[in-house]
Amino acid sequence: MKSLNELEEIRKRALESVNLRKDREGTRVVVGMGTCGIAAGARPVLLAFLEEIKKRNIQDVTVTQTGCIGVCRLEPMVEVYRPGEEKVTYIKMTPDKVKRIIAEHIVNGRSVTEYTIGAEEK
Amino acid sequence: MEFYRAHVLVCGGTGCTSSGSTDIIDKFNDELQKHGLQNEIMVVRTGCFGLCEVGPIVIVYPEGAFYSRVEIGDVPEIVSEHLVKGRIVTRLLYHDSITEEETIKSLDEVGFYKKQMRLALRNCGVIDPENIDEYIAFDGYKALGKALTEMTPDQVIDTIKESGLRGRGGAGFPAGLKWEFTRNAVGDKKYVCCNADEGDPGAFMDRSILEGDPHSVLEAMTIAGYAVGADQGYIYVRAEYPIAVKRLTIAIAQARQYGLLGKNIFDSGFNFDIELRLGAGAFVCGEETALMASIEGRRGEPRPRPPFPAVKGVFSKPTLLNNVETYANIPQIILNGPEWFRTIGTEKSKGTKVFALGGKINNTGLVEVPMGTTLREIIYEIGGGIPGGKEFKAAQTGGPSGGCIPAQHLDTPIDYDSLTQIGSMMGSGGLIVMDEDNCMVDIARFFLDFTVDESCGKCPPCRIGTRRMLELLDKIVSGKGEEGDIEKLELLAKNIKASALCGLGQTAPNPVLSTIRYFRDEYEAHIKEKRCPAGVCQALLRYIIVAELCKGCGLCAKHCPVEAISGERRKPYTIDTDKCIKCGLCMEKCPFNAIIKK
Ligand SMILES: Cc1cc2nc3c(=O)[nH]c(=O)nc-3n(C[C@H](O)[C@H](O)[C@H](O)COP(=O)(O)O)c2cc1C
Ligand code: SF4
Ligand code: SF4
Ligand code: FES
Ligand code: FES
Repeated sequence: MKSLNELEEIRKRALESVNLRKDREGTRVVVGMGTCGIAAGARPVLLAFLEEIKKRNIQDVTVTQTGCIGVCRLEPMVEVYRPGEEKVTYIKMTPDKVKRIIAEHIVNGRSVTEYTIGAEEK
Repeated sequence: MEFYRAHVLVCGGTGCTSSGSTDIIDKFNDELQKHGLQNEIMVVRTGCFGLCEVGPIVIVYPEGAFYSRVEIGDVPEIVSEHLVKGRIVTRLLYHDSITEEETIKSLDEVGFYKKQMRLALRNCGVIDPENIDEYIAFDGYKALGKALTEMTPDQVIDTIKESGLRGRGGAGFPAGLKWEFTRNAVGDKKYVCCNADEGDPGAFMDRSILEGDPHSVLEAMTIAGYAVGADQGYIYVRAEYPIAVKRLTIAIAQARQYGLLGKNIFDSGFNFDIELRLGAGAFVCGEETALMASIEGRRGEPRPRPPFPAVKGVFSKPTLLNNVETYANIPQIILNGPEWFRTIGTEKSKGTKVFALGGKINNTGLVEVPMGTTLREIIYEIGGGIPGGKEFKAAQTGGPSGGCIPAQHLDTPIDYDSLTQIGSMMGSGGLIVMDEDNCMVDIARFFLDFTVDESCGKCPPCRIGTRRMLELLDKIVSGKGEEGDIEKLELLAKNIKASALCGLGQTAPNPVLSTIRYFRDEYEAHIKEKRCPAGVCQALLRYIIVAELCKGCGLCAKHCPVEAISGERRKPYTIDTDKCIKCGLCMEKCPFNAIIKK
């Protein structure tokens, strides 16, 4: 160890792996993983989120699952909670949609309206 | 680096390890593999979470679900329900971690943790102690970097002095002063030692820190080495702590690999290395001069002081000795500043103290509270009260060197000085709770028996004096106590305290003195009435049949091995106390609970 900077490099790298155990204030992505969700393909959606987050090295995002969100015909469903904002619910999710949600909503804070539950109901 | 969406933290402290947490970790890994989740979910073995009573403990993040008493058979369910489907397995959650709406409380909301403040234990149960990167992620080794690159040794010492930190190993000597003495001592070589002997019965504070956060001690010792001008450190740890020894060994190797131990650390020209010395587990080896003799490979016997270790310690060189918990506070003080530390605690006792909570208490375990917390808060809020709704009688602090605190002092803010004032002491942090079913004479006897056993025999007051005291106590608990015995105990105690060579002998009479001070009536009941009010001392017990409750079934008489019970069917039976050998069989057998012991 030669300097504080070198230590800081290690710290930054290591922080990613323990961040989950610190205060959870960042964005939360919740994937519906009830029986219907899994049958409708929720698992590939979940994996796509993990893959994208890893690829883009995004900090402060947690990905969790929940049971059936309740509207089985719209599964797979995903809810995105950003601190201080209304929850956004995406429906009929696919791995392709995940990329856009990450890029536009998670990173830039603009939800992808056409994928949301609101768009479907209109 | 993989992005893990969930972390499964499994406690790898001694408590949970002995209740099977290693197998649980293996099972988690198997099950995750089975579901193809091994790249999404990480399993981490941590140090003690403090609630050993309800171990093995598993915490799943990001939800922070706190599972207690997890058995190997529960693992597949946690994986398939919680980790695959996101449905928390409510039945396994620690009872106090769920709100009325069945949602999970955050850990600081749980009764056990709410009043706690974890400084020395900050990483225990949070990081993987066998992975230096996780320690660094939580600001580990930053204090060392700061000290070596931005501070002079004198500034480091001033910081510790200003913080008000006092030694956590028992006596509460100001740490900064000790560092200064060692720095100012003249010597071509100096040493920094860590006392991890922890010999008090029931204590496991230091063990838990070493198991859960070994790097914090290494970092602090290195800072101390820089401050006092030493290049070699020794950790004296008992061989009976295999998990602690293993984690320390791993931690030292990792620190060396990163150049955080060794030559020219942080390019400052400062060299420091640490070695372990294993102790055989004699209580007296925790005493500083005995400990140093043992490090040198000599017999662990105390010698008179002065000279103090700061002047003449290991291999006759100036030596700094601090306790594990004392060290664990150092990095935080360097990083956050002495002013921050001074805001915690009482006027003369700054910071926090770790206690091993045991005895008659619902949440047995490891707790850390700010100095000045009252015993009532520790016992009733953090400890969850006394099982079975029993009455609090006293708490014993300071182990075999300490004393008991009776109910009238439940609201005393705990710090070094208040405890001494009420006749106990902080000691290293054992805290044993006693209820109405504990006999205070018996408790005093238990601790004295321990010290008699552990006396190294070098000085007569301790070797012979404590034995005489034990004999008197034996006499009292076996119903042969005489008028004047209490006074004899007091006189012996006074003389031993004044003349014993080391702290072991000097403090050995304390448990006896403090129980006499607060529970003299109990001693008198044993001596004058040949009665043990708590119903503990076997020799003073009497088994009696309550005539009003006895239905005359005769079962007791049938089971009595010495035919001490007689009577007529359907009429109350009686016990001949002269014949009774107090085996208690009759009481167990009576279907109507008509037999009591008194
Ligand atoms: C009989 C006896 C046993 C002791 N055992 C321990 C022990 O297990 N751990 C400890 O840190 N200090 C123990 N001490 C206190 C040490 O002698 C010494 O004061 C302490 O380690 C200094 O560190 P501190 O200033 O950081 O508290 C013991 C003292 C006596 C007299
Ligand atoms: S067993 Fe109980 S009820 Fe029966 S005779 Fe003995 S004391 Fe009485
Ligand atoms: S305690 Fe044992 S010896 Fe005494 S009366 Fe009961 S059965 Fe008999
Ligand atoms: S050992 Fe697991 S909680 Fe203490
Ligand atoms: S072993 Fe960690 S305190 Fe129980």
